Amino acid sequence: MAMYSTNEFKSGLKILLDGDPYAIVENEFVKPGKGQAFNRVKMRNLKTGRVLDKTFKSGDSVEAADVMDTDMQYLYADGEFWHFMMPESFEQYAANEAAVIDAMKWLKEQDMCTVTLWNNVPLSVSPPNFVELKITQCDPGIRGDTATGGTKPATLETGAVVKVPLFVNEGDVIRVDTRTGDYVSRA
Amino acid sequence: MLRRRADLLRSIRHFFHARGVLEVETPCLSRAGATDPAIESLTVTLPEATLWLHTSPEFPMKRLLAAGSGDIYQIARVFRAGEAGRFHNPEFTLLEWYRVGFDHHRLMAEVDDLVRGLAGDRLSRPTIWLSYRQAMLDHAGIDPLHADVGELADRARALGLDVRGELDRDGWLDLIMSMVVAPALPADGLTFIHDYPASQAALARICPENPAVAERFELYWGGVELANGFHELGDAVEQGARFEADNRRRRAAGQAAVAVDHHLLAALAEGLPDCAGVALGVDRLLMCLSGCDHIRQVLAFDWERA
Repeated sequence: MAMYSTNEFKSGLKILLDGDPYAIVENEFVKPGKGQAFNRVKMRNLKTGRVLDKTFKSGDSVEAADVMDTDMQYLYADGEFWHFMMPESFEQYAANEAAVIDAMKWLKEQDMCTVTLWNNVPLSVSPPNFVELKITQCDPGIRGDTATGGTKPATLETGAVVKVPLFVNEGDVIRVDTRTGDYVSRA
Repeated sequence: MLRRRADLLRSIRHFFHARGVLEVETPCLSRAGATDPAIESLTVTLPEATLWLHTSPEFPMKRLLAAGSGDIYQIARVFRAGEAGRFHNPEFTLLEWYRVGFDHHRLMAEVDDLVRGLAGDRLSRPTIWLSYRQAMLDHAGIDPLHADVGELADRARALGLDVRGELDRDGWLDLIMSMVVAPALPADGLTFIHDYPASQAALARICPENPAVAERFELYWGGVELANGFHELGDAVEQGARFEADNRRRRAAGQAAVAVDHHLLAALAEGLPDCAGVALGVDRLLMCLSGCDHIRQVLAFDWERA
């Protein structure tokens, strides 16, 4: 079982606390000149996404979490699980809804995603930063309509709804930044 | 920044020259080290012996005082293992000085003169003087002299501190002081906190009128701890007993024991003049004077690049 001392804490390090995996976001060394040293640590629970503030005595150790980011291809959803494949080994992994909750509206079959594995089980899935998706439904643009800021809503093939410029039409393929949900361009 | 550091060092030397305090230099590398369990020394191994790099020049400076040096100061590079962060670099610059015939109150006033003189209009508020007990009562709502471990732990949790592992009484006090009281001290002002609990006396005298507290003080600029000072303990027997107690605590915690400075004990036995002394972090002072938020910004080459 690998352990990390507080001296090794840095942002991105994955640790196990009360049975949950956490990623360290920020680590501050706090020490009075004459007295106990502490590490004040901000960490994200990788299951719930919640960020916690915890204090450790400097020099204490915590267990490492067996967490790994891997690139996988999205294959399909069967209604209960979302299936991914390692491109080299063809090994397949099934992720549950909790793991894909943030990514699902951007997932298109064949696209490459980052799957975070914890003890070899998908913990979370991140879509690619940019995806190209087809517009399945949007109203024709009306010239001179400035009340909506020159944009209109469009529904994409994955179900995501994004704001697009008026000149974009149903059937177009557009490029979207998944980190912000913003339209980038026509593909 | 190089120029600012040079200006600061020149101003400090000018301040002490004008007051007739003598600049001295003492060894960095010694046959004895600091026993304080909260401080880890770096060591240098030679074929014939292991030597300690000093964590402050306190012991040899007290030997000079006992030998009749009079008022002295030193600007020293000192070393503390494992201390790295926004406000810590394992090698740093300490300004340490001793005033014969001063108690800690008179020395606090001199520290205030020095720092205010250097800061000019960067310090917009008048200096605050607060006992440790009052500071804890005002900012954390707890009496540090009377609360027991359980009450301190409950208070810390109520203040939103989520701590892993067990702490002793002083550990909880350190936690609350560093994470609740210090951040609440007014920015752009100096705060002196004095009369620490006797359990945190370090090398300070116990107050004769109130044995629950020690004649120790700390200076904060905003929430940044800048200096630590004592009305110095001159009793060789008590000092020897504190060294031994430190080493017992070190062994109990699995830390290596540190060679006790018998030269210092012999000098104290000869007689240390009544004096007060203080150590001030020069790098942190430079951070405060120039508005930097990481110690690496005031160092030519920090620990990562040393």
